[in-house]
Amino acid sequence: MGKSSSPLFGVFQLEVNMRFRKKAGRGRALVALTAATTLFAAGCSAGSLGSSDEGAGGEGGGVTLTFLSGSTDTEVASAKAIIDAFQAANPNIKLTHDTRPGGSEGDNLVKTRLSTGEMADVFVYNNGSLLQAIKPEQNLVALDDQPWASTLDKTFVDSTKAADGKLYGGPWGTVQAGAVLYHIPTYEKLGLEIPQTWDQFMKNNEEIKKAGIAPVIQSYGETWTSQLFVLGDYHNVEAQVPDFAAKYTAGESKYANTPAALAGFQHIQQVHEAGYFNKDFASAELNDGIKAVAEGEGAHYPQLGGVSANIENVAPGKSGDVGFFPLPGNDAASFGLTVWPGNGLYIPKTVEGEKLDAAKKFVEFMTTQPGCDAYAKGTPPTGPFLTSNCTLPADVSQVAKDTQTYLEAGKASPALEFKSPIKGPALEQICIQVGTGQVTGEEGAKLYDEDVKKQAQQLGLPGWE
Amino acid sequence: MASTLGTTEVTPLAPVAPAKTRRGRERRGTYPYWFYLPAAIIFIIFFVVPTISSFYFSFTRWDLFTSTWIGLDNYVLFFNEQALIIGLRNTLIYATMTSGLKVVLGMLLAVLLTSKIIARGYLRSVIFFPVLVSTVGVGLTFSVLMNPQKGLINNALATIGVTGPDWLTNPSLAIFSIALVDIWAGVGFATVIFIAGIVSIPSDYFEAAQVDGASRFYSFLHITLPLARPAIATVITLSLIGGLRSFDLIWTMTGGGPGFASDTIASVIYKQYQAGFYGLSTAGSVVLFLLVSAIIVPLTWWLNRHEVDR
Repeated sequence: MGKSSSPLFGVFQLEVNMRFRKKAGRGRALVALTAATTLFAAGCSAGSLGSSDEGAGGEGGGVTLTFLSGSTDTEVASAKAIIDAFQAANPNIKLTHDTRPGGSEGDNLVKTRLSTGEMADVFVYNNGSLLQAIKPEQNLVALDDQPWASTLDKTFVDSTKAADGKLYGGPWGTVQAGAVLYHIPTYEKLGLEIPQTWDQFMKNNEEIKKAGIAPVIQSYGETWTSQLFVLGDYHNVEAQVPDFAAKYTAGESKYANTPAALAGFQHIQQVHEAGYFNKDFASAELNDGIKAVAEGEGAHYPQLGGVSANIENVAPGKSGDVGFFPLPGNDAASFGLTVWPGNGLYIPKTVEGEKLDAAKKFVEFMTTQPGCDAYAKGTPPTGPFLTSNCTLPADVSQVAKDTQTYLEAGKASPALEFKSPIKGPALEQICIQVGTGQVTGEEGAKLYDEDVKKQAQQLGLPGWE
Repeated sequence: MASTLGTTEVTPLAPVAPAKTRRGRERRGTYPYWFYLPAAIIFIIFFVVPTISSFYFSFTRWDLFTSTWIGLDNYVLFFNEQALIIGLRNTLIYATMTSGLKVVLGMLLAVLLTSKIIARGYLRSVIFFPVLVSTVGVGLTFSVLMNPQKGLINNALATIGVTGPDWLTNPSLAIFSIALVDIWAGVGFATVIFIAGIVSIPSDYFEAAQVDGASRFYSFLHITLPLARPAIATVITLSLIGGLRSFDLIWTMTGGGPGFASDTIASVIYKQYQAGFYGLSTAGSVVLFLLVSAIIVPLTWWLNRHEVDR
C-alpha cells in the first residue's frame, strides 16, 4: 500500500496547523530552531569524510586495495588466508575484503558496479560466457603480458580470453567438475556399481529408493544448483555432437532440436516423475544438500565439485564418505566429466598507477605456491590448480581424488559456457520449472532456447536476428 | 444599528479585493504561481525526464552505453514470453486479492476499533505495527516461518493434526501465500484510514438511527458505509496501486519462484535488468506504467464521480 501520500497526512496536517495557530509565536520559533540545528549538524558532519581514502598518500607509500570475492563459507575462508599470506609477504600493501552473493544476484552486482565504475580493485568472478557478459575489453585490464601467463592451464586461458584474444584474468581456485556427489557407504551397503549409463543410474536410484533413502537430492532453495543436470551433461552432448558449441553460438543448433542436448532437461523430468527427489527438494538450501549426501540421507547430489570443500563445515568428519562420478549419458564409452576450469581474478580498468601495480602483484601471488597453499587452507582443493607452478597437497578429499582420476584418464571436457559466449540467464528458473513439474523437459528446452536468443541478441552476435 | 442581542458589535469583514490578476483571470491563492517553480524544476528533472527517456529506451536494445533502435520488438517479446505472461496474470490476481481483502478486513477492524471495547488504544497499535516493519524484514521472517518442513506455521498445524501445505514451494499456492503476508503487513494502514473516516461521521446520524430503532448492522450498512465513502475510495486506490507495483515481498519470499510461478511484472522487470537486458526491462516498466494508469484512472473517476467541490 502506498505509504508516500494519503489523506491521513492531510488530517495530521490539519491538526498540526490548528495547534500552531494557538501558539503561533512559540511554534514558529521552535521550527526555526530545529531547522537551524539540523543545518548546523549537517554542515559539521560532512567534514570528517575528507581525510582518508587517498590510498597512495601519507605513510611511506602504503597502498590499500579492495578485494571482492564470493560469499560461500569456503571462499571467504580462502580469501582471508590469502590476504594474511599476501600482506605478510608485502607489508606495504593492505587489502580490505568484501563479498557478493552467487547466482544471478551476484551477476547483477558485478555488472552494475563495473558499469558505474565502483567495482573493487581486484575481484573474483566466473570465466567463460559469464565473463563475456561483463564486456572484458571495455571494463578489465588485459593481463596477457604478465610473466606467469604462460604457466596457465590451456582450458583456463581459452575461457578467460575476450574476443580480441587477450587474457583478461588471473587464476582463482582449482579445476572442478560438475557431476554427481554420491554417498559411498550407501553404495557399499547396497552393493551398487558406479553407473556408466543413464539407465544404470535410474536402476541404482530404484534400488536406493527401495532401501528407504532419497535417491537424488535437489536444493531449489538455492536456485543455481538446479542447473547441474543440464550443464553437467555437456561432456555427453559433445561426445555425440562434436560441433554443437560452434553451431549453437551461430544460432543453428538448439537445445530443443538436438536430442543429445535435450536429454539434460528430460533427465530432470524423469527423475522428478519417478519420485526420486528428496522430500524437501523445493526448499532445501545448498548446505542442506551437502549435509544430506554426506550423512547418507540422500544418495546422489548433482553438484559442482567445489561445494564438497564445505563438507567439513556442515558434516564434520564425513569428507571421506562422499565420492564423485560423472553424469552418465547414453554411451558408456564416452562416460566422462564436464569440467569448470576454475574462476578468474580480474582488475577493472578504473584501477591505475600504484594501485594497478599492487593489484597485479596480488594476481601474481595467486600463481605461486604460497598463494595456492593459502587458497587450499580455506577451500580444500577439488581438482588440480590452474597453473603449473602449483602442486596439490598430499591429503586431498575423496572428491578431489576422483576428479583427478578422470582428468588424468582424459575422460573430461570443459562445460559449454567455456566454448560458447552465450548462456541464458534464466536457466536456473527453467530447470526448477521442469523439476517441480510445471513444464515438461521439451517445453523447458524450448523456453531455454528463447532465453538464449535474448542473450545472444543483447551481445550482438550474428545470426540471431 | 446596534444588534439587539447585546453582544459586541461585529462588523462584517470588508470583502478582500481580488489580488492583482494576470490576463484578467482571478487567482485563488495569495501567492503567484511562480512559487511552484523550484518544486517544478526538481519534479521535471527527477521524474518527467527519466519517464520520457525510459519511453525512448524501451524501443531500443540498450546496454547502458549504447542503444540501437529496434522499434516494438521489446514489447512483442514481452507479450510472447511464457514467463512474462505468467507475470501479468499474477500481478492482476495479486493486486485484486490484496486490495479487496485489505478493504474488507480493514473496514471490519475499523468498526471493531471504533466501538467501545477494552484496550482499544493498545489494539489499534498492535494492528498498525506490521505497517512499520520493513517489507524485506517481513518477507524474510515469513519465508522462514512458512518453510514446509521446518517452519513454525506447519509445525503448529501439525500439533493439531493438520498437514500444512507447501506455502512457498507449491507453484499454484506461492502467489497466494505471498498475498496473505502482504495483507497482514498492510491491513493496519487501511484500518487507520477507515478509523479516520468513521470517526469523522457526526454521531447525530447514529443517534437518530438508534432512536428510530435501527440495528447496529443496519446503521453500519446505511450510515457508516455511505459516509465513509471517501475513505473507501482512498483505500481501494492506494492498495490497488501498491498491489500492482508490489516487488519487495515477492522478491524476498520466493524470488519469483519456484521457476516463474510467483513472478509479477515488477519482479520480471527486475530479472530482465539483472540479466542485463536493459531495453527489455525498461519496456516492462512502461507496460507496468500503462497497466496501472489504465486501471487506476477510470477507477478513480468512477469512485469519485459523486464528489462535489464545495
